[in-house]
Amino acid sequence: MSEHIVSSFDQELEGLGRKIAEMGGLAEHMLSDAMDALSTLDTDLAQKVVAVDPRLDVLQREIEESAVLTIARRQPMAVDLREIVAAIRVSGDLERIGDLAKNIAKRTMNISTEPRVARAAIGLRHMSDIAAHQLKDVLDAYAQRDVERAHSVWARDGELDSLEDAVFRDLLTFMMEDPRNISFCTHLLFCSKNIERVGDHATNIAETVVYLATGESLPIERPKGRMVAAQ
Amino acid sequence: MTLTDVMPATDDRVAATPKITVRDLKFFYGSTMSLKGISLALAPNRVTAFIGPSGCGKSTLLRVLNRMYDLYPNQRAEGEVLLDGENILKPDVDLNLLRSRVGMVFQKPTPFPMSIYENIAFGIRLYEKVSKSELDGRVEQALKGAALWPEVKDKLQTSGLGLSGGQQQRLCIARTIALSPEVILLDEPCSALDPISTARIEELIDELKSRFTFAIVTHNMQQAARVSDKTAFMYLGELIEFDDTRKIFTSPSVKQTQAYITGRFG
Repeated sequence: MSEHIVSSFDQELEGLGRKIAEMGGLAEHMLSDAMDALSTLDTDLAQKVVAVDPRLDVLQREIEESAVLTIARRQPMAVDLREIVAAIRVSGDLERIGDLAKNIAKRTMNISTEPRVARAAIGLRHMSDIAAHQLKDVLDAYAQRDVERAHSVWARDGELDSLEDAVFRDLLTFMMEDPRNISFCTHLLFCSKNIERVGDHATNIAETVVYLATGESLPIERPKGRMVAAQ
Repeated sequence: MTLTDVMPATDDRVAATPKITVRDLKFFYGSTMSLKGISLALAPNRVTAFIGPSGCGKSTLLRVLNRMYDLYPNQRAEGEVLLDGENILKPDVDLNLLRSRVGMVFQKPTPFPMSIYENIAFGIRLYEKVSKSELDGRVEQALKGAALWPEVKDKLQTSGLGLSGGQQQRLCIARTIALSPEVILLDEPCSALDPISTARIEELIDELKSRFTFAIVTHNMQQAARVSDKTAFMYLGELIEFDDTRKIFTSPSVKQTQAYITGRFG
């Protein structure tokens, strides 16, 4: 799309885009660092993840403020309006992803004092690889307004749900094997839930990208991959 | 909920038979063609907005709908404009009758230099013979309809020119609705008004659309988005896009429309 007659309008939209990109980069890093910290029970790295989170919060606040200001100032229409609404939504999702990564990091600090079955975290690693991939893909889709890519992220969310079920069963088995594993594995259970939630936020962003690019909404029902929960 | 949900929607069941149908309308100022084959339909009891850059033909189109252009030499229209199925471009159409059915309010408030009462009574007397008491009733009704009554009821005999711009514009609307038209054409009715007066006019349009069919030309995109059910985007004498207002302002189908409403050309 060509530029606005009022060039400061373009600058405001570019500013929003830049901040989203920064948030996306931070959220990706936080997730990958949190998972590295969890896999190796590295509390220093976990602490670093926790320390980054406020920056994400500040960026989200800034995006919301400048979006509101742009709406008030420009009364945006059509693609501009969708652009701003998308920025507000995506920044909210990225902020939540940061919170979820932070929560994994905090749990890592918690369980590092009493490590139990290390192999229990392998399934989580697999989950987080997929979530990270989804996140990366959807951020690229957002940056390039790539509807097809956003749609494939949206369609893949079910995989993560299925994996979460598998991880849930594994962790349950470890807990049944030895009750001393319960505390450790419960934390991992929450971590797996967190990773699954990261996937949901990536899917939210995918929906936003489709709305941004086309003005159309994806169906409310998402593709389901979840198997019936463990009996 | 998506953004489009909060924009006014058009109920197509009610809008089944158009009040006005424009077919392949061409308009000429001398030899210059300024409308190049416009076709669209105005749904009854709906507000249709016409937007587009200056010179796109939107005011010209409005002036065709009650043959206002007939007042000027060297202007002519070709094609069809059907009002309830009857072509108003035919030469034997009674223009006075047409303009009582299709009223018009202009950009600049144009009260007559006479009392508030007379501003409205004048037009009624022109078309009908009514008793004094009936006339009083009609004047009051029109002023109430235009949401002006409480402000002027104690000074009906003072000059219409003494009112504020916004009140004058509502007086002009009262004058128009006093003749019980079927269609009201508004040519940038708020461009000379402050935001409060503008809001009053918009509220009025909303109230009155259950009784009349509206066509409004406006340069104010937000106003078109707020008051209309359908929006027509015109450019260089052509109809570029005509759709539900909620669609036009959230995700128009044509690139040119998008460029215009987002301030990328014009």
